[in-house]
Amino acid sequence: MSQVRVLVGTRKGAFILTSDGKRQNWNVSGPHFAGWEMYHLKGSPADPNRIFASQCSGWFGQIIQRSDDGGKTWTQPGTPPGEQTAPGGAPKGESNKFVYDTSATGKPLTTHMWYDGTQHPWEFKRVWHLEPSPNDPDTVYAGVEDAALFRSTDGGKNWQELSGLRGHGTGPRWQPGAGGMCLHTVILDPKDPGRIYIAISAAGAFRTDDGGKNWRPINKGLHSQYIPDPNAEVGHCVHHVAMNPSRPGVLFMQKHWDVMRSDNAGDLWKEVSGNLPTDFGFVIDVHAHEPETIYVVPIKSDGEHFPLDGKLRVYRSKSGGNEWEALTKGLPQSNCYVNVLRDAMAVDSLDKCGVYFGTTGGQVYASADAGDNWNPIVSHLPAVLSVEVQTLA
Amino acid sequence: MIRVVLPGHLRTLARAGSEVQLDIVGPVTQRSVLDALEAQYPMLRGTIRDHVTQERRPFLRFFACSEDYSLEPPDTPLPEAIASGKEPLLIIGAIAGG
Repeated sequence: MSQVRVLVGTRKGAFILTSDGKRQNWNVSGPHFAGWEMYHLKGSPADPNRIFASQCSGWFGQIIQRSDDGGKTWTQPGTPPGEQTAPGGAPKGESNKFVYDTSATGKPLTTHMWYDGTQHPWEFKRVWHLEPSPNDPDTVYAGVEDAALFRSTDGGKNWQELSGLRGHGTGPRWQPGAGGMCLHTVILDPKDPGRIYIAISAAGAFRTDDGGKNWRPINKGLHSQYIPDPNAEVGHCVHHVAMNPSRPGVLFMQKHWDVMRSDNAGDLWKEVSGNLPTDFGFVIDVHAHEPETIYVVPIKSDGEHFPLDGKLRVYRSKSGGNEWEALTKGLPQSNCYVNVLRDAMAVDSLDKCGVYFGTTGGQVYASADAGDNWNPIVSHLPAVLSVEVQTLA
Repeated sequence: MIRVVLPGHLRTLARAGSEVQLDIVGPVTQRSVLDALEAQYPMLRGTIRDHVTQERRPFLRFFACSEDYSLEPPDTPLPEAIASGKEPLLIIGAIAGG
């Protein structure tokens, strides 16, 4: 029978929630890495027992963890437990090492714009998002702050920057959003191995068609009133982008304000906010089997990061946007002032499609019927940073 | 034999107890202690000092015999009590955050 594994990253550790395909009774494992910020965990589609995790701390920096047994045990890649010395060969602990590429000039590629408009050097802070390859369990991408894309081809032991992104020319115009200058979205095209989409707050969305050598902004059609040129090539605060793997050229975006879609791989975006009560928000995701069914969680405003009127409502569109319906059954409809952060929604691929999201109040909600009804799996975790789902045979 | 006391989270990461013991040949300095610590516990690379610059992470400090050595040059000899193992070198995380 099918199983579902929900990977939850929180401000104070990671949790793994498992259930059978009915998705009614859940086992909760954790906290793993108690006390650490767990920005993101994601399983490899090529080997579902392999899970990568981003563990970090303002005191101790970035750690990459990997499990090869579905989250039961963890190691830092290249540094197995019990093998404490590094005789002779390459030093271990390299899995923690994210160094911006200076190979072309021996100097940093460029600087980026600071909050005050001055130029500022890139400084590595943390990994926001890990995206394992759909085909190779040893290949995984890391979106980091300050914004850059790294790749490992040895299971996370070593990381190399795909520096064409920072170096393509617009880098000096990127600047951090309130959460830092983070590369938070990495989408690998399942049908075209050369095509990768990424998104950065607050720079916008970018695409490569040659595996990461050359990049270009894909922000045409975005309109952001809060930047000096609302139609600028870069500078838009994209919060999240989602894609259904069956239609990799169709993208959905939750921007700072505005819900957007593109039908041509990001070449042009159009707004599909329609009848949403507010189109500010962070998460967006697509139904596993119905590529025109999408989900968002509207948040009141950029100044008030909580649901409108204290009612936690997921909004679903079955028409790819514009016409939205509120999904409220099982969700608190009064006095709810949590947020749902950008990587904290995911779907499973069972029939009916399961939808999951986590809140800054520590709840993880699940719907086993595509959003019609919701139940909390857990209610009192630390603030949830990310939610990912694995559907296991 | 040098004794080093790690902050709680790094003990967990290193799967070590509250105090670790290191053998150091030559001068006992911040740099030689951290080199030996990272060689014995490579999972700690990058957590106490930056991978590339080798600078101390800003929210950590080094105390020896009740004195703060954090701002001393990394090759400054540590006190004899540290070199002899009588006293441990303390690596302390800032008390901050929630």
